[in-house]
Amino acid sequence: MRFLFKTDYEDDIKLFPHSGYFVSYGLLLAVLLIAPYVLSSYLMSQLVFVCIYATVGVALLILTGFTGQASLGHAAFLAIGAYTAAYLQKYGVPFPVYFLAAGLLTGLIGALVGFPALRLQGIYLVIATISFAFIVEEILARWESVTNGNEGMRIKAVALFGVTVSRDSPTFYFLCLALLVLTIVGTLNLLRSPTGRAFVAIRDSETAARSMGVNVALYKVKSFAISAAITGFAGVLFAHKLSFISPEMFTLQLSIEFIIVILIGGTFSLHGAVLGAIFIVMIDPFLTYLKDDMPGIIAGIAAMFGAGTQGAANIQSKVAAFASLNGLKGAIYGIIIVLFVLFEPLGLYGRWLKIKLFFQLFPLYKRATFKRQKIYVKSERNR
Amino acid sequence: MSYFRAENLSLHFGGLKAVDAVSFAVERGEILSIIGPNGAGKSSIFNLISRIYRPTSGRIFFEDQDITEQPPYDIARLGIARTFQNIELFENATVLSNLLVGRHRHSTTQLWQELLFLPSVRAGEKLHRRRVEQVIEFLDLEPYRDKLISGLPYGVRKVIELARALCSEPKLILLDEPSSGLNVEETDGMSFWIRDLKNDLGVTVLMVEHDMSLVNRVSDRVIALNYGRVLATGSPAEVQQHPDVVAAYLGA
Repeated sequence: MRFLFKTDYEDDIKLFPHSGYFVSYGLLLAVLLIAPYVLSSYLMSQLVFVCIYATVGVALLILTGFTGQASLGHAAFLAIGAYTAAYLQKYGVPFPVYFLAAGLLTGLIGALVGFPALRLQGIYLVIATISFAFIVEEILARWESVTNGNEGMRIKAVALFGVTVSRDSPTFYFLCLALLVLTIVGTLNLLRSPTGRAFVAIRDSETAARSMGVNVALYKVKSFAISAAITGFAGVLFAHKLSFISPEMFTLQLSIEFIIVILIGGTFSLHGAVLGAIFIVMIDPFLTYLKDDMPGIIAGIAAMFGAGTQGAANIQSKVAAFASLNGLKGAIYGIIIVLFVLFEPLGLYGRWLKIKLFFQLFPLYKRATFKRQKIYVKSERNR
Repeated sequence: MSYFRAENLSLHFGGLKAVDAVSFAVERGEILSIIGPNGAGKSSIFNLISRIYRPTSGRIFFEDQDITEQPPYDIARLGIARTFQNIELFENATVLSNLLVGRHRHSTTQLWQELLFLPSVRAGEKLHRRRVEQVIEFLDLEPYRDKLISGLPYGVRKVIELARALCSEPKLILLDEPSSGLNVEETDGMSFWIRDLKNDLGVTVLMVEHDMSLVNRVSDRVIALNYGRVLATGSPAEVQQHPDVVAAYLGA
């Protein structure tokens, strides 16, 4: 085990508490930088989506994990960013300009959504954000002069300083990675400054935050604006990666996927957002694999246990029919969320911490270390 | 003119008069205790001062400024800090970040500066950290700096609440039952700290308290309340012998 001796107040502010962090994050960065020259184009494409989902995850974490304001409307913010980019690109606006414009516009709309949210809490806020997402989806489908309605919009490849950056090129991946890294660093900076602490204060006790001089309404709006702006930036890259956007891509399902990103990763950590993004991006090909191969495998097993050719074929078609049921994916997502909330509330990152501690303390690790205990009754809230 | 004063302060919930035309004044640098049986309106007065409730009528003045209509977050900015009867700490944060939230009213940096963590933010953080460290030293909280609130015992949390209020460098501090839930030894410690607040830091203290031994030890003056009305005002001994106070506590 390592013991940290702090000799300066700077030690409490540093992003990397000790030299070990430089080694591990340096290695991670090196791996990420050589990835496009090593990995297959399919995996690279998945990695780009991981970056985009993780960016949105961090954005949602600021709002939900740190400020305590739940949102099921982040698909709408992503859509606003994506459509702003597509619309402005049509009129020849250069990439850096429409990238910034999309983020700022989404941030502004996020702030506007934040205002009605000031009076709402918990489940009511969730309902309000869902309604907002539906409104945006409807507007995208109906406002045909701008969004081209349900036919969707094409978006050309990024043109960066006269160079065309194809959506499959390493440069595009670096763009997404840069956005993710900047978002994470910005969030870490925020968390070690007064604003970030005010967010956490609002999450834990609005009354106490208020009596410490935190303007709760202002900071909630700020949190909404920051979260939405980051999601808007991610939306631009999302649109470029897909090269075609239409309203049905930004449905409630996508918002739920973002919630899964932070729930499964671990609601209170930035590591969690990245782990959750990896999970959600990789689960789709995994499910497709199961859907394609499971019926055959199950039929094979059935045949082995003497089901007969006819019986095995019968089973295979039944399983295949079940696997292609509508809404099965949603059900699997639901089950995953329920299982994580029940058995691993700290998420994948919490699991990683436990594994790390196990090896640090070996052979003295106690299972009860992470047992949540409630010793005192939570104080009453003036809500 | 008094340092802090409440004039005809009333808070009615329908027909219930939680606080009924209460007037009192606090002089600069004194410790004033409010006592009274359960439901007398003590905590309601605190909640009126920190603007959690809006008074039905009456006015509140601090340093000759009318603060009755100030938004709640401005009360702290004016230099009035408070603790809560049932502890309102930020449970999932460390002691250090709880105390740093207490510094919120002194933060001057803008959002964009914080996103980039410019040198001005870094300098501000170091200053806050140094001030917080002074409070930690004052209240002997050194062993708990990096601990999460949710894992700390009740007595320590009580002190951390006091520490968080002190981090805002208040001129007037409102203590809502500082000794509730503490054992005799911890109450002793608390009484020394409250007197140190006054003598060493020059903070004016307004306190709600049930423990009469603590009230007797630290208070300069005492106000007794019952059913939202002032029964008696004076030195601790005077108030305790006042016939109305005796009747309120023991029954007529």
